[in-house]
Amino acid sequence: MLIQHLNPLASSLFSLLAIASLLMSFVMLGSRWLKNYLYAFAAESWTIAALSAAVGYYGNYPELYLIAILTLLFRGLLLPYLIWRIIRRMDVDREIHVILQPSSGLVIGALFVMFALSVSFRIAAGFHLELTVAVLALTVMLSMKLIGFLMLAVRYEAISQILGLLVLENGIFLGSQILVPGMPLLIEMVILFDLLIVVACFGVLVGYLQTHVGTTSTLELKRLVG
Amino acid sequence: MIGFLLLALSVAPLAAIMVCLLVRRPRICEACNLIASAIAFAAALPLPFLVDGRAMLFWGDYVIIDRVSAWVILCTSIVYVLASIYAIGYMRLLKQDDRLFRFYALFAGFGLTTLVGPLMNSVGIYWIAIELTTLVSTFLVAFERAAESMEAAWKYIMIVSAGISLALLGTVLFYWDGSFVLGPSYQMTWAVLAEAAPKMNPALMILAFLLVLVGYGTKVGLAPMHSWLPDAHSESPAPVSAMLSGALLNTAMIGIVRFLGITRAADLGQLPQLVLVAFGALSLLIGALFIVRQQGIKRLMAYSSIEHMGVVALGFGFGGALGVAGALYHMLNHSLNKSLMFFGAGNMMRAYGSKEILRINGVGRYFPVQGALWLAGAIAITGAPPFGLFLSEFTIMRAGLKPSFSWAVYVMAILLIVIFIGFINHFRSMYYGSDSSAAAPAGKVSAWCAVPMWLALVPLLVLGLWWPADVWTYLTSIAPSLSPGVP
Repeated sequence: MLIQHLNPLASSLFSLLAIASLLMSFVMLGSRWLKNYLYAFAAESWTIAALSAAVGYYGNYPELYLIAILTLLFRGLLLPYLIWRIIRRMDVDREIHVILQPSSGLVIGALFVMFALSVSFRIAAGFHLELTVAVLALTVMLSMKLIGFLMLAVRYEAISQILGLLVLENGIFLGSQILVPGMPLLIEMVILFDLLIVVACFGVLVGYLQTHVGTTSTLELKRLVG
Repeated sequence: MIGFLLLALSVAPLAAIMVCLLVRRPRICEACNLIASAIAFAAALPLPFLVDGRAMLFWGDYVIIDRVSAWVILCTSIVYVLASIYAIGYMRLLKQDDRLFRFYALFAGFGLTTLVGPLMNSVGIYWIAIELTTLVSTFLVAFERAAESMEAAWKYIMIVSAGISLALLGTVLFYWDGSFVLGPSYQMTWAVLAEAAPKMNPALMILAFLLVLVGYGTKVGLAPMHSWLPDAHSESPAPVSAMLSGALLNTAMIGIVRFLGITRAADLGQLPQLVLVAFGALSLLIGALFIVRQQGIKRLMAYSSIEHMGVVALGFGFGGALGVAGALYHMLNHSLNKSLMFFGAGNMMRAYGSKEILRINGVGRYFPVQGALWLAGAIAITGAPPFGLFLSEFTIMRAGLKPSFSWAVYVMAILLIVIFIGFINHFRSMYYGSDSSAAAPAGKVSAWCAVPMWLALVPLLVLGLWWPADVWTYLTSIAPSLSPGVP
């Protein structure tokens, strides 16, 4: 197992990258401009790509270089480009209805991280891994999940919801690079492609929403109740 | 032989997609889809007879066929063929011939993904198959392009994708847990996980199982993750509603069942089963509450789907040979019955030009044969004898009568009675309502739309009167095979 005997340099490099990407999700949480979300998401994906490459280097998993390149291409360039095109097509550039101020959002996000930390610590203690980078990886994985759900819950623009969903998956990607670097390559590659399809679908749907419902704010989606 | 059947099962819808996209002529597309579904059904029908107790693997171990997947595929293919017949009549009414090739291409794709989902031997690839069903069916839900359909499609893809990402997290955690036993790199198949389960860390496994349960539970429509289901089922075209309800929910349920089998092999106590039972009971409660005060006819059917998935979840949660057999029998009955109900609802919706129960009046007077069929279906779906659902619900209740779960049986019994009253009351008002001011139906029902209702009701009645002994042995043998190594 990689994480059990990792040299200190690698361990701190992994930690640095994991924390950097967690920070990016806080940037997303603390802003209300769609463009900022997008840049933060792209930066987060690049960090994850760097992490894949680092894990590949230190853990001797050459196939992770491939994953790193694909992550960079798909999640770092292609997905942000597709979403950027959707944003440009719409005339909305920020959240209009704010129900949770960005500052309160940051505080709630911090609470989520603390919760995730305590859960991860217990899980890792079960394997006697509480002094390794596993705790951090698991914390970042779970807290990005929670932050993604928070973004889904308090943001109403269609684009922010798509990005929230992508943050959910980024968390899993990040955690799995450190915790289970040996997970079959095929699955990771297909999940990358899968994500591309998801975003393509969302692009089509956003277009539909605008032409047939007349808005991209999901706050207006309230015909179907009961 | 089995390999050939599985090949036919997956190649037929694939060929239909190709032809639909290339030819684009509406009549040819509908014929193609119908032929593909008939081939898939013909291939799925012998599968349960051919599969013996052991699981068989094909194509480099990526495909698994065992008794449970053969059974679920049979249910799915039945709904697929019925819905394909029905779609021919129903989709012509929409008068959108120029877009129809897209509908049939997507419909065949939906059939394909729901058919191959249960066959996936790799846990990760099963997740991908489930995700693909969502993507394909989103566009089917949005097909009518009304503002409501858009809203339903958006909620559907949003909620289900978010939910299913939890299942991915759970899958990754399962892999991590397994890697302490099996080494950092291994093929994560159901059997490998079940074998390693007794040595895996129980705390992490419970966390992973709960994530998977919530994730796939979103797709199954278990309350409280059900909120996409009524919207998507009510706003999509009727054949798609039938597929969503009768095929898709089962395909996702199989994932929960297999993971439950793995946790049973690990001896985690009653917790996993208890959580599944709680979700099932809550689904029944939500179903009952919304059925009683429902105003939309298709939403009524959608909440009934939540209810029945709750019943199936209870069956698997109770476990044991009885519980699993009852739940699987219930799947088949529900698939048949819910197709029938959605077909009837679609017909009435088109005939009266409204989805509201209040606007539908005197069904029995205007449509004597159709109406009788639909009413029989309504009686069946509430779990009354002599139809199949009575037998399966009764079996599930018997399975639950043990000290730890008897409360759930009482809850189930009370809620089923509430649902019976509420559901039948809606049908009373549609058939014998006194409101004569409501408009008379304008439309007629074509044979394409009537025949599949017969095809669903007759087997349902047969299954209610006669539960073949072979089917009983077949279904009761599934429970031990789900968690090997457990006495």
